[in-house]
Amino acid sequence: MPGSVASLIWYLGTALELAFVVCSIARKSFLRYFFLNLYFLLAVGSSVGRHLILSSFGQSSDQYRYAYFYTDALLTLALYVALISLFSDVLGEFRFGKYVRLSAVLLLLGTAVFSYGVIAQSTERLSTKFAYELSQNLYFVGLVLTYLLWGTVVKLRETRARLVQFILALGLYFSAYAASYALVNLASKYAVINLMGPILGCLLPLSWTITIWRYSEEARLVPAQLVAVPR
Amino acid sequence: MMAALIFVVSLVTLLMFFVSYCRSLMASSARHTLSREVRDVTGIPASASSRDFVRVIQLMRLCPERPQDRTGLQAVGLYYDILGLIEKTVARVLPALNMWTEQERAGCANFAVVLLDRRIAFSREIIAQQGEF
Repeated sequence: MPGSVASLIWYLGTALELAFVVCSIARKSFLRYFFLNLYFLLAVGSSVGRHLILSSFGQSSDQYRYAYFYTDALLTLALYVALISLFSDVLGEFRFGKYVRLSAVLLLLGTAVFSYGVIAQSTERLSTKFAYELSQNLYFVGLVLTYLLWGTVVKLRETRARLVQFILALGLYFSAYAASYALVNLASKYAVINLMGPILGCLLPLSWTITIWRYSEEARLVPAQLVAVPR
Repeated sequence: MMAALIFVVSLVTLLMFFVSYCRSLMASSARHTLSREVRDVTGIPASASSRDFVRVIQLMRLCPERPQDRTGLQAVGLYYDILGLIEKTVARVLPALNMWTEQERAGCANFAVVLLDRRIAFSREIIAQQGEF
């Protein structure tokens, strides 16, 4: 079983994910941000499933390892879909929705083919390795897409406060996650570094919950103030 | 080597998103018109200067806290500190950067004044509610 601090972070993260869904229902925005809600509902479901498997079979069991990697890949996929839904929202007024969805599917297929190409030589546990590789590559694609999305928001002078803050929180999450991933590879001997990933996992539902609770759908920003250097 | 490179690049993007996040918090309060009370209390006529931030925060501590402002204030406070660090180090040799940090810190102070205004209004509401009982 994971340590008490790790378990506490896990429960906190799950509670925050649930809090986002509850707040979005309370603010009558569940369908408006359906894919964001779907991601958190899947995350809560995965947490419950992982916990059940963990308590039945133990942390070092094959069952837990399979459950962990497959649910992780599923969640990364759901987050990717949520990101694309934000893209569609930003570009919605320009009737680019169809092209955004088509590009997203092509990019996903490309990432899947690339991931398969990387692990094709391996003989053991091909499907688990594929799930892991796909998850890692989709995270990288997600970071790049969030960066592009932020550029689009600035260029189009987006004013919707909720949308802007959702995208910025996602950018912060992807960047911090990539930094923690690199840090784990650089200095994995420090226990605190291994806890950074799960802690960062709590930040996305926390910031999104605050955003959906604090801002109404009608809240607007002054777009000129979003760029650090005035143009 | 690759991990170190990813670490540096992700730190740069993290900083960029953090700056934008703080600016979006500040932009959300840009349209707020300051009340006469807050202008009298702070002595700030229209917009705050960078040095006003600490004083406004001290005034805020005298009012009951609004839970919905806590995280925004923490993020902008951290942004203000980072800007202060830049001002004391790199900006000393780059005048353009010094001007930019000064503007940004003034933005942080303006955000704090808006929060103080909301806290004063919140305190009034609490007092009015207590008066009803």
